Amino acid sequence: MPARDNRRPAYISRSSLQTLLDRLVSAGYACLGPTAKDGAIQYQPINNLNQLPRGLRNDQEPGHYRLRQADDERLFAWNHGPQVLKPLCFAPQEVVWQERQTESGMSVKQSMPATKPTAVIGVRACDLAALKIQDQHFMRKDSTDPHYQARRDQLLLIGVDCAESAQTCFCASTGDGPALDGGFDIGLAELADGFLIWTASARGTPWIEELDQQPATDDQLAEMLQATENAAAGQSRHLPNEKKLTQLYQRLGHSRWLDLSKRCLSCGNCTSVCPTCFCYSYEHHTAITGDSAEVVRSWDSCFSATHSEMGSFQVRSGIDQRYRQWATHKLAGWQEQFGRSGCVGCGRCISWCPVGIDLTEEVQVILNEGSRDV
Amino acid sequence: MFDPHVPHLAIIDKRVQESPTIFSLRLQYEDTDRQEAFEFAPGQFNMVSLFGVGEVAISIVNDPEDSHFFDHTIRVVGRVTKGLEKLQPGDRVGIRGPFGRGWPIDEAMGQDVLLVTGGLGCAPLVSVIRYLLRRRDHFGHIHILQGVKHADDLIWREQYEAWSKDHGVNVLLAADVASRDWPWQQGLVTELINQVNLRLERTITMLCGPEMMMLAAIAQLRELGLADHKIWLSMERNMHCGYGQCGHCQVGPHFVCKDGPVFCYSELADFFGAKGF
Ligand code: SF4
Ligand code: SF4
Ligand code: FES
Repeated sequence: MPARDNRRPAYISRSSLQTLLDRLVSAGYACLGPTAKDGAIQYQPINNLNQLPRGLRNDQEPGHYRLRQADDERLFAWNHGPQVLKPLCFAPQEVVWQERQTESGMSVKQSMPATKPTAVIGVRACDLAALKIQDQHFMRKDSTDPHYQARRDQLLLIGVDCAESAQTCFCASTGDGPALDGGFDIGLAELADGFLIWTASARGTPWIEELDQQPATDDQLAEMLQATENAAAGQSRHLPNEKKLTQLYQRLGHSRWLDLSKRCLSCGNCTSVCPTCFCYSYEHHTAITGDSAEVVRSWDSCFSATHSEMGSFQVRSGIDQRYRQWATHKLAGWQEQFGRSGCVGCGRCISWCPVGIDLTEEVQVILNEGSRDV
Repeated sequence: MFDPHVPHLAIIDKRVQESPTIFSLRLQYEDTDRQEAFEFAPGQFNMVSLFGVGEVAISIVNDPEDSHFFDHTIRVVGRVTKGLEKLQPGDRVGIRGPFGRGWPIDEAMGQDVLLVTGGLGCAPLVSVIRYLLRRRDHFGHIHILQGVKHADDLIWREQYEAWSKDHGVNVLLAADVASRDWPWQQGLVTELINQVNLRLERTITMLCGPEMMMLAAIAQLRELGLADHKIWLSMERNMHCGYGQCGHCQVGPHFVCKDGPVFCYSELADFFGAKGF
C-alpha cells in the first residue's frame, strides 16, 4: 500500500536520529523509545540510539511472541510489543479524586497527574489510528476527560512506516496501516541505510529543520513505497469490511460463541493489550486513619466478572456472553458509537492470548459458516 | 457548571424511611450557587457517593421546578446503599450529575399516558408520575399500572389512593400474593393491561421495573397494536462513570448512562431481552 499522507520526505543518516534525540532531551522532553525488555518490545525512557532494538525482529503467532536477532542495523524492523500509546494517555491506574473528612464536614479535591512533554519514537500506523479513536472517546466535546487530555497534550509523536508485518498483523484490511497516514508529528521511513524523514504537523516541524538533511532520491522514495507495499502484501489475516461486520449482531445465537467459551479463559489479556479498549472502573480506597479516601480509576475489561455486575446478578455470567460482548462491541457497536470499527488490525489480541484465540478466524466462522443457531 | 468528573458535596436535609428497605434523602448542594443552578429532567439520575465506600446511580425523584433541593429514593441492595441508609440529616454525600436522558415529556404532551411498573418502588417512574400530575391539564387519560410480588411490598400506598381520587388517574394495582386488605387485583401486572381502555393512536407508554416484566408488557402492548416508537422504558445497568466513558453500562451500541436510561423501545429492540446484553 503506498503512502497516503502528503509526505515530502528528506534523507537523514541513521546517526542523525541521535541528533534529534539529543535535541529533544535537552529541550526537556522525556523520550520514550522501543527497547527489548523481558523478551518483548517495551517503551522505556531512552537518550541513546544504542538502546533501541537494533536488528531485532518479532515472530508473532496466535499465543506466541518472540524476539529474534537478525544480522542488520535496522532499528524498527519489529512491529510492536504489548503496549505503546494507550497507557501514556489513559493511565492503567490513577487517582482521580481525593476525599477528606474535616472538622467542618468534608472536602473533595480533583487529583491531576504530573505531566511533562513526552516524545514517543517509532509509533506505528495502527497505534496512531487507535489513538485517534481514544481521542474521540476521551476528549468528547461534552465531557473531555481532564486526566487523558493533560497527558495527551504533552505528546510529540514520531511515527515510522512498517516495512515488514508480523504474522498476526491485518492492518491493511482495516485500512489503518502499514504506512503512516496522519495523527503523528514527525514521520520516518527506515531504509536499508538511514531514514526518510518528514514533518506532519506544525509541532513537528521545528525539530527536524536543523537536522543534516539531503533531498530524497527517486530510489529512496521507491524503496520507501515498496517497503509498505511489501508489508501489506505479507499479511495473510484479514477482517471483513465494516458493513459485513455489523452482521455480527445478527449472529448473537451462533454456536461458535459457546465453542469459544470452552477455549477462552476470560483472562482479559486481549482487552488490556488492545489499543482501543477503553473500559475502566472506579474504586474507593480509604486511608487506615479513616479520615481520607482516594478514588482510583483502573482499566477494566468486559471479561472481568464484575464488569456487568448488577447487585444480585451478572448480566454476562458466561464466557460466551463476555467474548460476544467484546467482539460485537469492538467490531459492530463501535461503528455506531465512533463511525468506524474499533479494530485497527494490530493483531495484539491474537499474539497475547494465552490460548491463541484468533479474532479474525472467529469472526470469519461466525459470519460465514451458516447460522448454526443454538 | 456541569463537571462530570469530580463529585460535589451535598448535605442531607431530610431522611424518610419509606419501607423496611427503602428510604428517601432530601439533599442540598453545599455550594448554594450550584444548588440554584442545578437543573434536571424526570428520569435523569445522579451518581451518589458515600465517603470511602463507593458510588451508585440513583434516579432523581422530585419535581424539576424545586430549585432548593433534590430527592433520591434508594433501595438497600448492596454495600454502598447499605452505607447510605445509615446517614442522617447533616451528613454529606458526593454528587455527580445529572446524567442521562429522561422521559419523553414533550412527546407525551396532549397524549394519554400509560405507566407500567413492577417490583419494589421504581423511582424513575415515580418521578415522571409526579411530574405529569403536577401538570395534569397538559395530558389526556393517565393510567398507572403497578405490580408487586407481595401486597406488603407496595410503598406509597396512600399516594396511589390519592392519585386515583384527586387527579382523575386510573390506578390499577396487582399483587402476585394478595393480602386480606388488598382491594385490588391478584395476579401479574401484565394482566392489568387488558383492563385499560387504550386509545392506541393517542397513547404513549412508559415502563420501568424488572426486565422480564417489561418484556411481557411490551409483547402485550405490541400485540394490542401499539407502535414501537410509543413505548418507552427505563433501563438499569452497572454504572461507574455516568457519562458514556467507562463502558460498563453498554447494551449493544447504546450507553445506558448517556443515551438512556430512558430508551424508546424501537432503539433497543434488537437487544432488549437478549441474554447477555
Ligand atoms: S481487537 Fe485485536 S487486532 Fe483489533 S485493535 Fe484490538 S488488539 Fe488490535
Ligand atoms: S480471548 Fe484470549 S486473551 Fe481474551 S479473555 Fe479470552 S483467553 Fe484471555
Ligand atoms: S456508566 Fe460509564 S459508560 Fe455508562
